[in-house]
Amino acid sequence: MIRLAGILIGLVFTFVVLLAFVVGAYTAATEGMGEETAEHAFHLDPEHVEFAHDGLFPSWDLQQLQRGYQVYKEVCSACHSMNHVAFRNLEELGYTEEEVKAEAASWVVPGIDPDTGENSTRPGLPTDYFPSPYPNDVAAAAANNNAIPPDLSLMTKARHHGPAYVYSLLTGYQEPSAELAEEFPDSLPGPGLYHNPYFANLNLAMAPPLTADGQVTYADGTDASIDQMAQDVAAFLTWTAEPSLVDRKRTGWPVMGFLLFATILAWLAKKQIWAGLKPRKD
Amino acid sequence: MSFPWAKQYEPTNPVMKFMDEKLPLPRLVYNAVGAGYPVPRNLSYMWNFGVLAGFCLVLQIVTGVVLAMHYAANSGVAFDSIEHIMRDVNWGWAIRYAHANGASAFFAVIYLHIFRGFYYSSYKAPREMIWLLGVVIYLLMMATGFMGYVLPWGQMSFWGAKVITGLFGAIPVVGEPLQVWLLGGYAPDNAALNRFFSLHFMLPFVIAGVVILHIWALHIPGSSNPTGVEVKSESDTVPFHPYYTAKDGFGLGVFLLIYCAFLFFMPNALGHPDNYIPANPLSTPAHIVPEWYYWPFYAILRAFTFDFILPAKLWGVLAMFAAILVWFFLPWLDKSPVRSGNYRPLFRKFFWVLVADMALLFYLGGAPAEEPYVMISQIATAYYFLHFLVILPLLSSFERPDPLPFSITEAVLGSDDKAALKDGAGSAA
Amino acid sequence: MATTTDTANSEVVAEDGVRRRDFIEIAAVSVAATGGLITILPLVSQMAPSKDVLAESTTELDISALEPGQSIKAVFRKQPVFVRNLTPAEIDAANAVDPGDLRDSQSLADRTIEGHENILVVMGVCTHLGCVPLGAAEGENKGEFGGYFCPCHGSHYDTAARIRKGPAPSNLEVPDYSFTSDTTIVIG
Repeated sequence: MIRLAGILIGLVFTFVVLLAFVVGAYTAATEGMGEETAEHAFHLDPEHVEFAHDGLFPSWDLQQLQRGYQVYKEVCSACHSMNHVAFRNLEELGYTEEEVKAEAASWVVPGIDPDTGENSTRPGLPTDYFPSPYPNDVAAAAANNNAIPPDLSLMTKARHHGPAYVYSLLTGYQEPSAELAEEFPDSLPGPGLYHNPYFANLNLAMAPPLTADGQVTYADGTDASIDQMAQDVAAFLTWTAEPSLVDRKRTGWPVMGFLLFATILAWLAKKQIWAGLKPRKD
Repeated sequence: MSFPWAKQYEPTNPVMKFMDEKLPLPRLVYNAVGAGYPVPRNLSYMWNFGVLAGFCLVLQIVTGVVLAMHYAANSGVAFDSIEHIMRDVNWGWAIRYAHANGASAFFAVIYLHIFRGFYYSSYKAPREMIWLLGVVIYLLMMATGFMGYVLPWGQMSFWGAKVITGLFGAIPVVGEPLQVWLLGGYAPDNAALNRFFSLHFMLPFVIAGVVILHIWALHIPGSSNPTGVEVKSESDTVPFHPYYTAKDGFGLGVFLLIYCAFLFFMPNALGHPDNYIPANPLSTPAHIVPEWYYWPFYAILRAFTFDFILPAKLWGVLAMFAAILVWFFLPWLDKSPVRSGNYRPLFRKFFWVLVADMALLFYLGGAPAEEPYVMISQIATAYYFLHFLVILPLLSSFERPDPLPFSITEAVLGSDDKAALKDGAGSAA
Repeated sequence: MATTTDTANSEVVAEDGVRRRDFIEIAAVSVAATGGLITILPLVSQMAPSKDVLAESTTELDISALEPGQSIKAVFRKQPVFVRNLTPAEIDAANAVDPGDLRDSQSLADRTIEGHENILVVMGVCTHLGCVPLGAAEGENKGEFGGYFCPCHGSHYDTAARIRKGPAPSNLEVPDYSFTSDTTIVIG
């Protein structure tokens, strides 16, 4: 009885889904498999970049992170917040406590006027988080042609191949190709948009932020080419997204070693225990 | 329960004697997973996954209780509290990654456990109740995992919650009020997040309860085994401890090596980057996908694209639930007297087609909803239903099973003294 | 075909009398137990103060505007701290008592920093059961000895915040602090 009901129900589901298949196949045969899109044809995967924190034995390149922080501070922070990172975290980049204090004080954070209680600003403390350049999302949208600049703290974890994506996006601005203009005229950047093949829909509201070599004067004397700045800020944003990345992998090795040792022992013990029970097929 | 030759618990230590008289907990453990539980001697490594699943449940409860000490279930700060755990809490990153990857590990283990059951027909009499309770555990896990994924309140959390509760909206008449009731609002927000947190915390303990029933039910007929022939005499079994504690210990080591490789070296590989973007009710991610362990059922849901009497959306929801609920009826759908796939040549072929079909559905559930993926998932869905509801019930009528060994002992050793003496005596179970 | 099976207790004793199998089993169980114990460490340490809490474990105060006779309440590690600029009369009152007669014998000099004897920094946490004593704000009851008074169970503290009457066992705690300039103190 259950089998009969089951067979009937099974046949109904199979029939309905195959019907959907036939309809779909018929549509595909008569109208094609759906239109080719500009994103599909012209979007590029991020370029490969190498960092000291890549791979199984990573380390932070503190010089590079400090340079990346400088790029964030002098370029990105004009529009992008970084509200999961506190000034105190900069000590992990190799700055001393005093330097962090001075650095924090060079930023202006929201505060309350102690006399009137009204909103005002004050110099940052190490315990403060990086401030947003805009008081709220409405102001951010209004100042940026309705595109709210996203918070950068987690950017490299919020995109596939994050660090490579950030690097590629920053160096990938270019004029749309002639083929794109010819095949997908609707996908050409409209007013206030910029063509970038590394961006999901090819049209990015952010103007090219890194425009000239030497835009930032690096404290360590490194030549600030656009490529260098893009790499440095990508490295810095990898750190902001996951400050524990290097610690995590370094913790992983002893754990794996210990587990391997324990597993081998467990295997030997298992073998010993089962030895007396081996099948005796002569 | 158990077999007459099972060893009896005989405490010698006065403390344990006292304990045994007043509260025989050590005796319970001894009979459940100790030397007092005789187990078929021929279990393969496919029988490791029950213990591993139990380990995963404990792992998830321990890490989850710890995370709940730092997490804030409020839509305004939930995302920030996760980052607080990742950055500021001592070992917070390790505990959170352990929990997130622990969920994946739990499902991976459960799927292997379930497919072991399919191949060896572990659902057949006398083990129907074990199987039914197992399907209940799996359903509870799906609910728990879904609600857990909502808690970080990232983009995938939010849109996952919206899409999955939207499934209830497909139910005629009561659907939309039901959806609003489930969410406590018109879209996922604070009310939904808080109740999901509460239920996500509570359900694992319900799972633990059902797991106890699952193990209890297991101890009545005893474990199945790769031959599918029931235990007949003492020579068919070995005590669980030390034989299978040792084997499970080794299995646990291998499991932990794989799990820790994910945890420490690629903790985000099984997640989606969009969940590191805070929830935004005004912007949908380009490509909404649930966690990987739901992909086969998500593929089935999306395969129904044509309104045939009922709306396509309702067909999809019905099919998705039916795809899991059909497992409840397996003991009565598959009438072959032979349990193990090892002795069912035709069944074995279809089993491997099912494995390939499920693998395909896994892939398709994670793929974008465009052609040719939709068309392939329609074929794969059709086979899924045909396999469980048509092929399996009819197979026993056509199939000619291979000869079974007389006993487990004979299967392992090549012969069994008792075979000649008892000549096909009934099962000892 | 052999049909015998060894039982679970087959004992293979090596020449030195120690069973090799025992050794491996004990080693495996010990290593597993060690691993379990190590795993407990992160689960315990996660409950200790997190980095953001530790980062707020010092408080910097500007006391340039604090006139004699005035007090300010500040927050140190999420608890109140009282800073009082003692008047000469209060200092005299505190020094007029022989510390040896007190329940918790300390002199005013023991409780202040040399060169800044008029600045008294104490935790605003009654040593009895943790209530916040009165007396730091204008117009509050300063108790019978002109210092602080805890309304919960009636502990009276004097101008050096020493316990003089009531159930509290010891003087109000002086936190670790230092002067980084004449008008700036850093607590913690």
